[in-house]
Amino acid sequence: MTHAVGLHARPSVKLTKLAKTFGCTVELAISNEGPWIDAKSIVKVMGTKAPKDTVLFFRASGDDEDAALTALVELVERDFDEGSEEAANA
Amino acid sequence: MPEPAPCSVQGRPAAPGLAQGPLVLLDETVAVSGPAAGPDEEATRLTRAIGAAVEDLTRLMTGLDAESAGIVEFQIAMLEDEALSAPALAGIAEGQGAARAWQAVLDEQIADYAAADDEYFRARASDLTDLRDRVLRNLGGGGATAAAVAGAILTGTDVTPTRFLEMDWSDGGGVALRKGSPTSHVAMLARARGVPMVVGLGDIDLSAHREALLDGESGALILSPDAEERRRFAEQQAAFDAARRAAEPFRDKPGLTRDGQRIAVLINVADPVELEALDPALCDGIGLVRTELLFHGDDGLPDEERQYAVYRRILEWAGERPVTIRTLDAGGDKPIAGLTAEGESNPFLGLRGLRLSLARPEVFRVQLRALARAACHGQLKVMLPMVTRPEELQAARRLFQEVLEELRAEGVDCTAAPLGIMVEVPAVAITPELFAGADFFSIGSNDLTQYVTAAGRDIAAVAELGDTANPAVLKLIRSCVEGARALGIEVSLCGDAGGEPALIPDLLDCGLRSLSVAPAALGRTKAAIAEVDLAGRAENGSEGRHGQA
Repeated sequence: MTHAVGLHARPSVKLTKLAKTFGCTVELAISNEGPWIDAKSIVKVMGTKAPKDTVLFFRASGDDEDAALTALVELVERDFDEGSEEAANA
Repeated sequence: MPEPAPCSVQGRPAAPGLAQGPLVLLDETVAVSGPAAGPDEEATRLTRAIGAAVEDLTRLMTGLDAESAGIVEFQIAMLEDEALSAPALAGIAEGQGAARAWQAVLDEQIADYAAADDEYFRARASDLTDLRDRVLRNLGGGGATAAAVAGAILTGTDVTPTRFLEMDWSDGGGVALRKGSPTSHVAMLARARGVPMVVGLGDIDLSAHREALLDGESGALILSPDAEERRRFAEQQAAFDAARRAAEPFRDKPGLTRDGQRIAVLINVADPVELEALDPALCDGIGLVRTELLFHGDDGLPDEERQYAVYRRILEWAGERPVTIRTLDAGGDKPIAGLTAEGESNPFLGLRGLRLSLARPEVFRVQLRALARAACHGQLKVMLPMVTRPEELQAARRLFQEVLEELRAEGVDCTAAPLGIMVEVPAVAITPELFAGADFFSIGSNDLTQYVTAAGRDIAAVAELGDTANPAVLKLIRSCVEGARALGIEVSLCGDAGGEPALIPDLLDCGLRSLSVAPAALGRTKAAIAEVDLAGRAENGSEGRHGQA
């Protein structure tokens, strides 16, 4: 994750909104050993307080698990669709 | 009741501008009542209160710009999250009242954010406070907040983002907080809307005062001002507004004089947060990063990793543009507990700047290590403050060299950076030729002015004497610029004078071609530069008589 400030307010809103569009469970962690938290809960996602350059781990389980993982990884790779200048204002 | 005596308190600037108006104290507590009914009813009351809060916020969102709407949208998403409501409902099931249960859950979240390492996440505590109080008000705790008068100066411990957005700022006004942070959502909103804001005023009693003047440039709040102060402030405010309007079109253009000479305009930065809302393309780099703020945290002196992370972030923001980071300039009017000397009778002439760093090499080495590592990530220049004798520069250079060797031996990535000096002690300005060992000079006009005019920066009664336009100060600046040119050393200026439109023609006459100013002064500085006809001034003798080529 290269977002200027880290996993903060606006990126968290985008991430949880996207996660909620899938039926499967989606979980997120900032270490491959967990702890895993519900990626559909903004309270929990913000609670990770992940700074810039954190590696985010996702796991999903359910019918559309592959689509969910692809979409979430793409969102992070697109820097949450925010230009670095605009992102800084969030 | 007699009018309280005028007094002035100093805080930290969070959004530029000036405001004059009635003081409005924000509600600082919301009363919490015990359970009014059984668990089922209390649960319904909480669910309704949260639902009503979501509705309020949704209404507030209409008509907002994208940035403000984003902040409200974040709050709505938090409110709708069961991760907040579920534990509160569980508390209700155990017999707590709706208000108490909600408050307990939110207070835990607020405490968690307030303890975060990262200032950005710490600042989120005020969003959570906002949500807590909005729902508590809906539960009948505090009732609606008093409508603030337009043009008022809001004061209190902290202010919530939605409270800020509910205010009508079209008639001016400002925000003055005991606590608060320049990274809070409110500070970002205030900067975006041009609402002056000052934070960190400390534990002051505001209750006796009805009116105030707020200076978001200097961070001062003047309480119960007298007629003379009002008149002076009104003049300042009118000039500020006019200059801001006139300067706006120049902000995103390069600094060019009327006759087409390029003047580098860089920025001074005290807090990396200031960079977040700023486009690097607006400036030619950072001419001064003050590192004192890093040393003011509650957790003591910052370690190498923390310093490295901050320096690196600043360098990455600037990209290819040069970034001059000043080593710790503590002492003088900037004491740091546990580091600076106590009880000095005249701290501005005491153990400050590089003098202190050389006296405390164990602290200085940590900063130099962090700088040497950060130098890999951009165009870093390292600047030493308060240099008085060439030996001090040599000692600092030796330490920097030792630190580089140490890091290389440890296998840590690092690189050397140009090492330059602030020219602020008259001894240096008078004999620049003795400092040929410096890689660059940067004239610190604030301290140079105070030392040349013997007028303390912290003493209001002599403020008028501490004037950079004093011919003696300008003469020294000119001789220093000429001295640097003769040595082939680049020279710039990084004091407040660089952003003062009235002084800019004089500074350019002195031969300066590089100025570093506060980010808020970028527009007015470039606008003032565009007025200057350097070729014409040289012909008319305003420059030629001093022999400047």
